Amino acid sequence: MQSSFSPGAMLRRPEAGAFLGLLAVMIFFGIFGGLTFLQPAGMASWMNVASNLGVIAIPVGLLMIAGELDISVGAMVPFGAMTVAVISGHYGLPIWFGIAAALSFGVLIGLINGYMVIRTAVPSLIVTLGTLFAVQGVVLGLTVLITKSTSVALSTEGAAKTIFGDFFFGGQVQVMVLWWLAITAAYIFFVHFSRFGNWIFAMGGDKVSARNAGIPTERMTILLFVLSSTSAAFVGMCQAILYNSAQVAGGQSFIFNAIISVVVGGVLLTGGFGSIVGIFFGTITFAIVNQGIYYTDFDRNWSSLIIGILLLVAVLMNNTFRKMALSYSPRKMGVK
Amino acid sequence: MPQAILSLKNINKSFGPIDVLHDINLEVRAGEVLCLLGDNGAGKSTVIRLLSGVHKPTSGVMAMDGKPVSFANPREAADHGIATVHQFGGTFPLMSVGRSFFVGREPTKWVGPFKVYDRKLANDTAVKAVQSFGITRIDDGDRLVGGLSGGERQALAIARAVHFGARVLILDEPTAALGVKQASHVLRIVNEAKRRGLAVIFITHQVMHAMAVGDHFAVLIRGAIAADFRKGEKSREEITDLMAGGEQMAELEAEIESYMAAGEGHPEPAKHVH
Ligand SMILES: Nc1ncnc2c1ncn2[C@@H]1O[C@H](COP(=O)(O)OP(=O)(O)OP(=O)(O)O)[C@@H](O)[C@H]1O
Ligand SMILES: [Mg+2]
Repeated sequence: MQSSFSPGAMLRRPEAGAFLGLLAVMIFFGIFGGLTFLQPAGMASWMNVASNLGVIAIPVGLLMIAGELDISVGAMVPFGAMTVAVISGHYGLPIWFGIAAALSFGVLIGLINGYMVIRTAVPSLIVTLGTLFAVQGVVLGLTVLITKSTSVALSTEGAAKTIFGDFFFGGQVQVMVLWWLAITAAYIFFVHFSRFGNWIFAMGGDKVSARNAGIPTERMTILLFVLSSTSAAFVGMCQAILYNSAQVAGGQSFIFNAIISVVVGGVLLTGGFGSIVGIFFGTITFAIVNQGIYYTDFDRNWSSLIIGILLLVAVLMNNTFRKMALSYSPRKMGVK
Repeated sequence: MPQAILSLKNINKSFGPIDVLHDINLEVRAGEVLCLLGDNGAGKSTVIRLLSGVHKPTSGVMAMDGKPVSFANPREAADHGIATVHQFGGTFPLMSVGRSFFVGREPTKWVGPFKVYDRKLANDTAVKAVQSFGITRIDDGDRLVGGLSGGERQALAIARAVHFGARVLILDEPTAALGVKQASHVLRIVNEAKRRGLAVIFITHQVMHAMAVGDHFAVLIRGAIAADFRKGEKSREEITDLMAGGEQMAELEAEIESYMAAGEGHPEPAKHVH
């Protein structure tokens, strides 16, 4: 991305804070928990958490860069899980049918979110708060109506199991980790190397100017909402296949966890600034705190305190780094 | 005189029951600066919004090169070569100079099977374009726009408009937020744009700034054109009076002078005791 790799240039990048945060967290858990979290079993535990979260956090972060917020992902995870479980578990239809349906619902809700945001002047936080509750209601209502239960079993074999919901490396690492790495690489290209990334940053910087510059802001907004809700449905679907069952609840933690990862990752809450690599680091940082606590002598309840402090420090640090980036000018250095 | 690039004939604009513009007639030619003057609320920005496609006139004809035009949105006005630069440059503070310069028209190159954003080309082009307007302090296309001074941002926005083939450049109070030195930079850039054959519409409250670059002046008072004259036809005092909407300004000046005389050269009217 950048040709210069001096420490100064490094600090002016959006992911600078995320990188330092990750280092700090690693040192903290290295001291209090030993290096367990860097040994295979420890690594697998935080990588599994990071991968499921990361697949959702990146599109949520892209929306934030574009100046929007999507909290309906919290309902899309159980929706995706329940769709595949009801269709292929309860009704026993082919698994590919359930997978296609789960992803289609993701696309559909994303279209609804995106369309409502561009057609009304309602902030996307409120729009997606509405779909969050609506979708939760639909999932609970329909599941109980169809299956008379809030938990549905699903057994999958063959290719679908291997691709979407299996473990590898001695049965510890979820395939989601591979998905996460591949998807992250694709986003890095899309956001930082293709021209479309520039459009997302421009939209978050100044939507009216972006539209006047010829950027199809409405289509991009819809696309980003489709990406986030489909990603959430995808994660839910994979979890159902992995654990052989789906529950109607249990996606809400993704809302805050994704936003924390994104903000720790250096994305500006008001849009226009951030990076995929930053979100990637932010997600790993969150996952290490979330899982690393098990390898220390602390009670696991303390992990929330650490995450809260981490979030505040990260925001302050990111503000400082952004100011540095803004005031940076190669000429001024020697002169003034 | 060459044909006008852009002309307004008998333009009226009302927002519901509020009439904002009455019977506006204006023309701009290539290589000419039209200064639009007027007090707060006179309707200057509304004229600009009609020209840049934000609003449509209620009645009247807008023409480019003699042919009637109508803009459904700002994009259409831009496609006709009308570029508007707002007070703060209208750019993206957290984007780099190169990226914001090319926003919406990013140059790409092939790297193997991938079409990628050509950062080097974008940065080099942007830096060269601003420098050609005399702003040599911008020499790194990776700098963020928000780190530039107000005048540099204006320069970047103007250079961008010119680079992408604007024929009419509209500047809404570009010098309002700037210090003396920065403002003179912007005025120099306006002259450079004029020299390159653009038609410039320049809105300002500062008569001195208008007189430094203007070829043609129009004064708006409460939505109507109160005066339309060319360079050299009126003095600074006359223009100031017109902008203030009549003779009050000359009266005020005379009053201040008499205060000063009474106060024995002290410029403070407060010293004068009745
Ligand atoms: N969308 C609108 N709806 C109703 N009235 C409007 C609208 N836009 C402008 N006006 C009115 O039109 C008048 C002219 O406004 P305009 O912004 O064009 O003035 P201006 O000459 O640019 O003033 P300033 O020097 O303060 O920028 C004002 O009285 C304003 O209230
Ligand atoms: Mg105005």
